[in-house]
Amino acid sequence: MNTNLLVVITASAVFYGTPLFFAALGGVFTERSGVLNLGVEGTMLIGAVTGAWASQHVGGSAWFTVLISILMGMAAGALTSLLHAFLCITLRTNQTVAGLAITIAAGGVGLSSYFANIWEVAANPVDRPIRKLDVLGLGDMPVLGPIVFNQTILTYVSWVMVAVASWYLFRTKIGLQLRAVGESPQTADAMGINVVKYRYLHTVLGGSLAGLGGVFYSLAIVPLWVDGMTKGAGWIAIALVIFGFWRPGLTLVGAYLFGALQSLGTALKARNVNISGDVLDALPFFMTIVVLVLISSRFAHRRLGAPASLGVPYEREER
Amino acid sequence: MRTPVRLERRLEQPRWLNWAIPVISLVTALVLGAIVLWLTGKNPLEVYDRILERGFLGKRPLQGTLITATPFAFTGLCAAVAFRMGVINIGGEGQFYVGAIGAAWVGIAMTGQPVGVAVVAMVVMGMLFGAAYGSIVGVLKARFNTNEIITSLMLNYIAGILLNYLIFNSRSYWRDPRSMGFPSGKSIAERNEWTDYVIGGVKIPLGFLIAVIAAGAIWVLYKRTRFGFEVGVIADSPRAARYAGIRTRSTIVLVMALSGALAGLGGASDVGDFRHILDAKGLQLGGFGYTGIVVAALARFNPFSTLLVAFLLGGLTNAGYALQGPDFPSGLVGTIQGLILFTAVAGEILVRYRIRPNRRRAQAVAS
Repeated sequence: MNTNLLVVITASAVFYGTPLFFAALGGVFTERSGVLNLGVEGTMLIGAVTGAWASQHVGGSAWFTVLISILMGMAAGALTSLLHAFLCITLRTNQTVAGLAITIAAGGVGLSSYFANIWEVAANPVDRPIRKLDVLGLGDMPVLGPIVFNQTILTYVSWVMVAVASWYLFRTKIGLQLRAVGESPQTADAMGINVVKYRYLHTVLGGSLAGLGGVFYSLAIVPLWVDGMTKGAGWIAIALVIFGFWRPGLTLVGAYLFGALQSLGTALKARNVNISGDVLDALPFFMTIVVLVLISSRFAHRRLGAPASLGVPYEREER
Repeated sequence: MRTPVRLERRLEQPRWLNWAIPVISLVTALVLGAIVLWLTGKNPLEVYDRILERGFLGKRPLQGTLITATPFAFTGLCAAVAFRMGVINIGGEGQFYVGAIGAAWVGIAMTGQPVGVAVVAMVVMGMLFGAAYGSIVGVLKARFNTNEIITSLMLNYIAGILLNYLIFNSRSYWRDPRSMGFPSGKSIAERNEWTDYVIGGVKIPLGFLIAVIAAGAIWVLYKRTRFGFEVGVIADSPRAARYAGIRTRSTIVLVMALSGALAGLGGASDVGDFRHILDAKGLQLGGFGYTGIVVAALARFNPFSTLLVAFLLGGLTNAGYALQGPDFPSGLVGTIQGLILFTAVAGEILVRYRIRPNRRRAQAVAS
C-alpha cells in the first residue's frame, strides 16, 4: 500500500466519519442523561429528507440555502426525538421498543419515504449541496491537504464540537448534573436537579445532531435523496457510543475508523484492487459486531462509562 | 407545573386489558394516521375506505391478504418468542433471508423425491438455516454479553449483502445461469412448489397453515413445559433465575435459535409458497422482519394474537401494494405500521398505570 492510497483513505474516512460522529455525539448526550434512543436511524432519515427538501426550495445565496437546510434538518431531527422523549420520559414506556418504533415509522419505507414522495424530493436533484472547501488555498498541499484542508464546513464544525462537548460534559456544572441524572436520577432529584427537564433537553439535542448527520448524507455524501439512504449509519452510530465509552473524543476516533471502512470500497476499486465489493460492503457491519464483542467481553463488569441508569425510566413516586 | 392527569400505579391487572389495549392502540394509530394524511392534503376517510375494500372485503382481497400475512405471521412469532424472554431479536429480517437461502437450496436440488418429502426438507432446511443464523446472536449475548439489538441488526445487513452476492454478483448455485441481462434466482423444481388449500372459496397458502401450527406449538411450549416456565422466570428476573439453578446462558441460545427458526420457516414459505426462487430484491423490499416486530408488539407477544395481528397488517400492506400510486404514496403503509407500534408501546402504560384526573391539591385544600 503506498502512501497516496493511505492519504485518500484517511481523507475520506474523515468525510464519511463526520455524519457518524454527529449521530454518535447525539447518542452520547442522550445516553448520558439515561435515555436510550434506538431511533437514530429513523431520525437521521427525517433530517436528511427535510434538509434535501429545504435545499430545493429555499432561495437566496448558496450559503444561506445550505445554512437553512442544515438548520431545518436539525429541527426535524429534534422534533422526531421529542416524540421519543415524550414516550420514554413522560409515558415511561419501554425505551427499546419506542426507539425501534421511531426507526420503523420514520425509516426507509416509512415517513421519510412518504415525505420524499409527496414533496417530490427524489424527483429533483439537490442543486446546492454542501461542498468541500479549499481552506486557505491549502487543499493541494501534500498529505495534509486532502485530509485537513479539503473538507466540508461541517467537518470543521465537528472538530469544534468535540472540544465543546468534552468541556461541557466534564468541566461544567451542567455537565456534572447531566451525568448525575444518567447515573442515579433519584440522587439527582434529591439534589434538586430537574430530571425530566435534563432528559428532555438532551434527548432533543441528540435528535438534532442525528438530524445533522442525516443532512450530511443527503447534501454532502450522496447528494440526492434515496429512500433509506443512511443504510444503517444510525445503528453504527449507536454502536459507536458504546465504542467511544460515552466520551466525545473517543467517539470521533471510532467514527473515523468506521468512516475508513465505508470508504475503503471506493478507494480500492479506483485502484483496481481485486476485492469483492460485497465483502467491503459487509465490512462495517461485521466490524461493528467484532468491536462490540471485544468491548463487551473485556469490560463488561467494569462498565467503562455506561450510565448506570441507561434505559431505566425514572418514576418519582417509586424508591 | 401540574398536568391535568396523573398516572397512578395499578395494584392488579384486570383481564379485560388484554384485548382492550391492542384495540385502543390500533384505533389511536389509525386516528394519528388520519391526522398525517389530513395534514398532507389527503382525505383520510377515503384512504381508509379503500384500504378496507382492497385489503379485506371479498375473496380476491382476502386471498392477497393471506399471502402478505404469511411472512408477517412467521416474523411476528419470531419476535414474540424472543421478546417474551426480554431478548430483543430484531434480526428476523436476516434470519428470514437465510432461511429462504436454505429452503431454495433443497428446493432446487431435490427433483425426483415424493412431493411431501421435498416440502418437509424445505421446511427443515429453512428452520435450520434460520436457527443457525439466530444462534450467532444468542451465543454472542450469552458468551460475551454483547447487545443483541445491534448484533442482530448488523447481521440483517450482512444477510442482505449475502443475498445480493448470491444472485447478482456471483455464479452461485441459486442464480439462474440463463438470466444474463438481469440476474435472477433459479426456479425450484415445479413439483416442489407448495400447494394451497381452498377453504370457503378462499385459497389458503400452506405456509399460513404451518404458521397456525407453529403458533399452537409455541403456546404449548411456553405455557405447558418446564422450558417455557424457565423462560418466564428469566424474563422476570435473570438473577433469580440464576439462583434457582436455571441455565440462563443456554436458554438464551435456545430461544434465539427457536426465534431464528421461525423466521427461517417464513423464508422457506416465501420460496415454497410464493416466489419459487431466491428473490434477492423482493425479499429485501418486503421488510418482513421489521413488520414482525410491530405485529408481535401489538399482539403483546401472544402467539395466537400474533396470527390475528399479522392478518390485519397483511391486509393493510396488501391494500398498500394494490393502491400504490399518486393517491397512495409509498411509505404510507410503513408510516401507519410505525404509528401502530408507537401506540402499542404507549398503550402498555395502561397495564401498569391508571390515568386519573389530577386533583390532589384541591383535595388537600378541602380537607
